[in-house]
Amino acid sequence: MSKAKRREPISTGSEWTFELLQEYDQEIARIAKEYRLDTYPNQIEVITAEQMMDAYASVGMPISYHHWSYGKHFLHTQTHYQRGQMGLAYEIVINSDPCIAYLMEENTMCMQALVIAHACYGHNSFFKGNYLFRTWTDASAIIDYLVFARNYIKKCEERHGVDAVEEILDAAHALMNYGVDRYKRPRPISPEEEKQRQEERETILQQQVNDLWRTIPSSEKTTKKKTRRFPEEPQENLLYFLEKNAPLLQPWQREILRIVRKLAQYFYPQRQTQVMNEGWATFWHYTLLNTMYDEGLVTDGFMMEFLNSHSGVIYQPPFDSPYFSGINPYTLGFNMMSDIRRICENPTDEDREWFPDIAGSDWLETLHFAMRNFKDESFVLQYLSPKLMRDLKLFSIMDDERKMHISIDAIHDEMGYRKVREDLAKQYDLSYREPNIQVYSVDVEGDRSLTLQHIRQNNIPLSDQTQDVVKHLHTLWGFDVYLHSIDGDGKTVKSYTYSQSPHRQSEQLELNA
Amino acid sequence: MSYIIDRRLNGKNKSMVNRQRFLRRYKSHIKKAVTDAVNKRSITDMERGEKISIPTRDTSEPVFGHGNGGARQRVLPGNREFHAGDKVLRPKGQGGGGGGAGDGNASNQGEGEDDFSFFISKEEFLDYVFEDLALPNLMKKTLNEHDAVEYRRAGFTATGTPNNLAVVKSMRSAQARRIALSASSRRKLKKAKAELEEELAKDDDLKNPKKISELEDKILKLEEKIKKIPFIDTFDIKYRNIVKEPVPSTKAVMFCVMDVSGSMTQQIKDMAKRFYILLYLFLERNYEKTEVVFIRHHTSAKEVDEQEFFYSRETGGTIVSSALELMADIIEKRYSPTEWNIYGAQASDGDNWDDDSPQCAEILHQRIMPLLQYFAYIEITPNAHQALWRAYEELAPQLGDRFAMEQITSAEDIFPVFRDLFSRKSLKEAS
Repeated sequence: MSKAKRREPISTGSEWTFELLQEYDQEIARIAKEYRLDTYPNQIEVITAEQMMDAYASVGMPISYHHWSYGKHFLHTQTHYQRGQMGLAYEIVINSDPCIAYLMEENTMCMQALVIAHACYGHNSFFKGNYLFRTWTDASAIIDYLVFARNYIKKCEERHGVDAVEEILDAAHALMNYGVDRYKRPRPISPEEEKQRQEERETILQQQVNDLWRTIPSSEKTTKKKTRRFPEEPQENLLYFLEKNAPLLQPWQREILRIVRKLAQYFYPQRQTQVMNEGWATFWHYTLLNTMYDEGLVTDGFMMEFLNSHSGVIYQPPFDSPYFSGINPYTLGFNMMSDIRRICENPTDEDREWFPDIAGSDWLETLHFAMRNFKDESFVLQYLSPKLMRDLKLFSIMDDERKMHISIDAIHDEMGYRKVREDLAKQYDLSYREPNIQVYSVDVEGDRSLTLQHIRQNNIPLSDQTQDVVKHLHTLWGFDVYLHSIDGDGKTVKSYTYSQSPHRQSEQLELNA
Repeated sequence: MSYIIDRRLNGKNKSMVNRQRFLRRYKSHIKKAVTDAVNKRSITDMERGEKISIPTRDTSEPVFGHGNGGARQRVLPGNREFHAGDKVLRPKGQGGGGGGAGDGNASNQGEGEDDFSFFISKEEFLDYVFEDLALPNLMKKTLNEHDAVEYRRAGFTATGTPNNLAVVKSMRSAQARRIALSASSRRKLKKAKAELEEELAKDDDLKNPKKISELEDKILKLEEKIKKIPFIDTFDIKYRNIVKEPVPSTKAVMFCVMDVSGSMTQQIKDMAKRFYILLYLFLERNYEKTEVVFIRHHTSAKEVDEQEFFYSRETGGTIVSSALELMADIIEKRYSPTEWNIYGAQASDGDNWDDDSPQCAEILHQRIMPLLQYFAYIEITPNAHQALWRAYEELAPQLGDRFAMEQITSAEDIFPVFRDLFSRKSLKEAS
């Protein structure tokens, strides 16, 4: 900032202390405020490497119920970290209010400042501002809800045994990505209410389910065999459908499905805003620390170290590099955010043609608007500029297994900009990234089998884990499960079946009915 | 407003439960890996952790995802030479590209490298080893921990209980004290006596009776003063200092005797190996130094190294007495029973040349058992017993609890062989 007066650097060495953290945080907070970053209060926790591994294991959540998969995750991290095959992330940040950020003890002062700027002001303001997070997550309630979930599952384990709970959790985790209503705003979660309603639900829910499966013959049955279609519309929220309709589940099992579903919903925005979220946070740690440098608050050495790790973070290996593993969300996000600022501040003729409404506008206003109102897919579609496509040398290919060759459809030139941009945006569209699988029908009158449909896009088949997932579906449904993979013409290309009704479970049904 | 919290002192083992859950779920895999490791390792090398590998496929958490194939549109960075409309051959070894969603593709090709690997600790490793053997919990604990304690003298101390009173040392220090305290009085006494003598030796008329009586008085007083010094003082009393030291008693040697004739399959040998491991672990905990002697035999016996003992194959008949003879010879030559605690463990499938069995019992009874702490015999066979078993069976009552024999068909039968030995040990500890 131009009005800034040169001051003494806050510190010169690389060692950090709690006083220094406090001081850096205050300065960063002050500058962030100048840039109108609106954040939840921060709770910065300094932890050791071992604790970081713990935090890793539970997908970054500070508390979680016990499950073997977290143990697997932990062992994996531990094995690789201890043998020096991987480093740990510098930070983990949790979308909660107050926003919890973990700082590793081993970091240098420069890294701590970078992490504070990145997580506590970048991610934090994104969590608070972006419409998806505002709609789908409830930052103030998540920690309490996690505590509720943990206690509930613990209680279930005591009552029904670890194995029984694990079986349901395994199955629920397998369907976790199919536990979100994409278009309906969910009710905010509240642990108190949740606890209260949970018991009522137990009884009422079971009654409703039993009603669907009523076995008393109805009078119409004799006159006309009317086929009752169920569900009336295909259902994309598999976990919700199973929670409400699976015939054999016990009330506590339904409750567990609900918990997994709520967590899936909490993570849903993160899966859709990776580029934006990381881009936003990276843009701000870059901008905030540079402002600090301009004000003379940090030394040249600090800046060198910072730029070194910053450029490591945003490095994008080309597609034919052995290190290539897809487009780096930090690179794309950071470059797009910086590019928006450039378009606002120094637009070229090309920019004026492509972005007439933002070229030359107030960059801060524009950037905040972009952060609040988009997700990755629409963000790319709206803001990816021809200049950036040229800089990153993006090109779009078509890889069709029926053809000998891969064809290059479009590259970063006048002819290709729109196509490349559309294709890239699609790449971030969850409905393209994940197979489209829906509950199609239930044989209510007959063998109670559940039929799902997978509608193929571009003839892409399901992976070979599918049979295992169908088995998990069967665990929850209790009767035969069919999954038909259907191509564009409505023809079934492949079917997955799991049929084996355990005797014990069918007895349970009779008791309930 | 930010709060900065130091969480470093909070527990770091938050993932412990989840880790246990994982180990529990993959118990069968881990047990298999441990079994393999036991077979690969030397029996003197049981006390370290182990790397466990589980095929990725088995630990996967399946989710719906796209497989390979179909038509995929992808946007890639770093174009150099391509133009729109170009066709390129599909690169090999990359099955259609993983795309954004494609995990799980890599895991299905081959095994080796893609295995999920991690380490278990020494304690966990031993737990899995013991699990097979159906050890009682108490045993697991004694084998797992190094808690044998011995009391040792360590000089003297000024405090203690009367039973530890060191009389000689106390008397000696009392004497020293007495000498030190009376030194000046005795010097004066000596001088006074000398003067008195000198005075008495003078001619009668030269004698000074006054001086004589003075001197006599002085001598009397000094003698009294010396007498007044206490013979023993609390200050003199010394006690023997006794400290606890976790030191196993002494040296032990363990003889592994095994039949390696053609009828012993590798599987039987693996079972026998568990048997030796258990005895070894027990001895190692109880003795400072444990040596192992491997004797294998068919028609003739030979002392060999561990590798050859477990893994070389032989054919031919069986004469057990040859091995016992050799064992007795080795004891005589190298392991004097006054210095060594000698243990014997014999494994066999029960085959023996019929006429040899009484001889075995004879050697065992006459030559070996008098020198031994304990001898265990296992017969690994599902079949009926033969002459050797019967010969030993006859002998057993005479040898009491120093001898154990058992027929074994699976690993959990091994522990009962040692039950007496181990319970004796815990009794000794309790007393």
